[in-house]
Amino acid sequence: MAWTKKVMRVNLTDGTIGEEPLNMEWARQYLGQRGLASKYLFEEIDPECDALGADNKLIYTTGPLTGTMASTGGRYSVVTKSPLTGTIACSNSGGFLGPEMKFAGWDMIIFEGKSPKPVYLYVRDGHAELVDASEIWGKSVWAADRILHTRHQDPQLRIACVGRSAEAGCLYSAIINDLHRAAGRSGVGTVMASKNLKALAVRGTRGLGGIKDPMRFIRATEEGKKVLREHAVTGQGLPTYGTQVLMNVINESGALPTRNMREVQFEGARNISGEAMHEPRKSDNRPNLTTNAACFACTIACGRIATIDQNHFAIENKPEYWRNSGGLEYEAAWAMGTDTGIDDLDAATYANFVCNEDGMDPITFGATVAAAMELYEEGVITTRETGGVEYKFGSAKALVHAVEAVAGGTGFGKDLGLGSKRLCEKYGRPELSMTVKSQEFPAYDPRGIQGMGLAYATSNRGACHLRGYTVASEILGIPEKTDPLVSKDKAGLVKAFQDATAVFDSSGLCLFTSFAWTLDNVAPQIDSACEGDWSAEKLVEVGERIWNLEREFNRLAGITGKGDTLPPRLLKEAAQTGPAKDKVAELDDMLPEYYELRGWSTDGNVSDETKQRLGL
Amino acid sequence: MLKALQLEPEKCTGCLQCEMACSYENEGVFNPAKSRIKVFNFHDEGRFAPYTCTQCDEAWCLYACPVEAIAINAGTGAKEVLGDTCVGCKVCTIACPFGTVNYNSSTGKVIKCDLCGGDPWCAKACPTGAITYVDADGTGMERMRAWARQGMPPAGASVNAPAEKEIPNYESA
Repeated sequence: MAWTKKVMRVNLTDGTIGEEPLNMEWARQYLGQRGLASKYLFEEIDPECDALGADNKLIYTTGPLTGTMASTGGRYSVVTKSPLTGTIACSNSGGFLGPEMKFAGWDMIIFEGKSPKPVYLYVRDGHAELVDASEIWGKSVWAADRILHTRHQDPQLRIACVGRSAEAGCLYSAIINDLHRAAGRSGVGTVMASKNLKALAVRGTRGLGGIKDPMRFIRATEEGKKVLREHAVTGQGLPTYGTQVLMNVINESGALPTRNMREVQFEGARNISGEAMHEPRKSDNRPNLTTNAACFACTIACGRIATIDQNHFAIENKPEYWRNSGGLEYEAAWAMGTDTGIDDLDAATYANFVCNEDGMDPITFGATVAAAMELYEEGVITTRETGGVEYKFGSAKALVHAVEAVAGGTGFGKDLGLGSKRLCEKYGRPELSMTVKSQEFPAYDPRGIQGMGLAYATSNRGACHLRGYTVASEILGIPEKTDPLVSKDKAGLVKAFQDATAVFDSSGLCLFTSFAWTLDNVAPQIDSACEGDWSAEKLVEVGERIWNLEREFNRLAGITGKGDTLPPRLLKEAAQTGPAKDKVAELDDMLPEYYELRGWSTDGNVSDETKQRLGL
Repeated sequence: MLKALQLEPEKCTGCLQCEMACSYENEGVFNPAKSRIKVFNFHDEGRFAPYTCTQCDEAWCLYACPVEAIAINAGTGAKEVLGDTCVGCKVCTIACPFGTVNYNSSTGKVIKCDLCGGDPWCAKACPTGAITYVDADGTGMERMRAWARQGMPPAGASVNAPAEKEIPNYESA
């Protein structure tokens, strides 16, 4: 079965905890994790509710393959309504928390209501209790993690926690588990803090049994691992350079958004690339990167474990940052490096550490700093607003100032904690926010990778690369190469990526396996583990169903097809250098065809016929 | 020829595939809490270390057991716990200098590595070759020689990609 078939429901308002069976009818339609929890959220909350009010719910959710030997089978997601976008939010994380939930016997934990005082949930197998959190409230994730490990005297306790930024109301706060893995985007941490819920601490010793056909399952997972190790991206590129393998590649493709997307190539990219992380620094002859690291069950191991140069100004006299911790991933290095025009690897690594320490989404954080820098250079804001610091593009001092201010929710950090959309609106220049549905873009410029323009515009959680990564096809040639500068035929590509991605995100597996795996590799692993028949064709249908359900949630929340657009800069200001020179994002050429392929109305609503076909 | 588990922490990525394989082989569930092999995460140092019973020649666990519930498997050299005989007194867990014999509260018996009868699942599941099952005479010597050659740890990053291998057969165990 692979599901534990048990859901824990925690009512924070009255402090009660209950147990109920997993809705298996929904599991057959939505598989698990992202899909299944989205169904629960759709059925249980009013999409128009205040994301930070007691009526919103927060769901920790695992997939059927979470906690198994399937490579990367260690993912969980947090599903809720986003305070940043107003859409459905679903943020996926690795590390070790998700499997621990399964080993304790739980597929899902649903938090509802709002606690009258700060609490954390402690789970040990079947035992669960809400514990007073006054000792850890007001503390960073790292400090709280230390305190909880000491208090419970259990080094194996797995902890997900929100930092000070979330408590201060930063709208893009992440939930951090295992110190540096993040359910990162859309402000899921902000929702958690709004419920006075500081942490989830889990220990599971029961284990996960009930695999439908164990020997067939183990055989299928080993065949999958072989495909991963023999693929250039998952077998070599990701272990060696992490996702940072992309920095130089995307720069050369002319699709590296630079200085708040004014440009598409960055002269300093090399200095903050995956390759640079391997080069010994002058001061101590050690590289930024110490080693690669795996999340639970992962045979790829793309995680970066890194140090900062102890002589760097950001950490002088701060020994707490002299140790190893989670290093730069590509999106973070882009947002806090390229997009701000900063090519200082150590400054970006420090900002990354702080984003983990106090729980911020580094993409939205970095892109918001980039917007602030453009506002500053345009003279819209001055050192009076920023607290005396010059927010010039390329200023590592400004980055360090910004990350500390947002982490603690102090001074200019309150403005920056709004995200770029609200920040730019506040200062009268909304067009300078590089967002879709109020969420910031990641590290691929749609002028140079046309499919990504459509993927961003139609993403169900605002601009995001993890909802349809056509970069794989357009740049890396996976599963087959398409021309990144051509918008024709991209509608179908985007749809195919979006539907398949929804399946990966609902299975317990990591999306990064999809560099090497198609659903033909995934289906046998799910089919041998889970009751029912799971073919690749059925999984595609599950993915499409999930996509349409999320779309319906957003429509009911008041976010319609009108939001399927891009900032004017990308639609009107052409790229000035590189292969995409003179190109704009050709969204209008793709969107109508996309709606048609989706079976939606011309204004982007899911048609009754499509609903019926998918059983919505 | 006697074989032994060779553990090379510098190749470990901390994925816990070994713990899952071990617990599945021994308990029939994926359950790192009941694994006979453990991976330690030295977070601040950025290092991982897999760790299990070394099958000591002079096995203190075996001598300490008051009911003779730990016996040598003549084929593999493994010191095995005889579940039917073990009374769960835990004396062996105290006697073991390395802490690799552990008490399983759900069965009331102790558990330790038994080399899966000569086909250890942890080695099969390890993606990077950090755990291998090799000629027992070679394990310690080769590592010491490699260390001696190296002189000092490398200044560069230690990055571990999946190692080439055939798909292991778990059914043979």
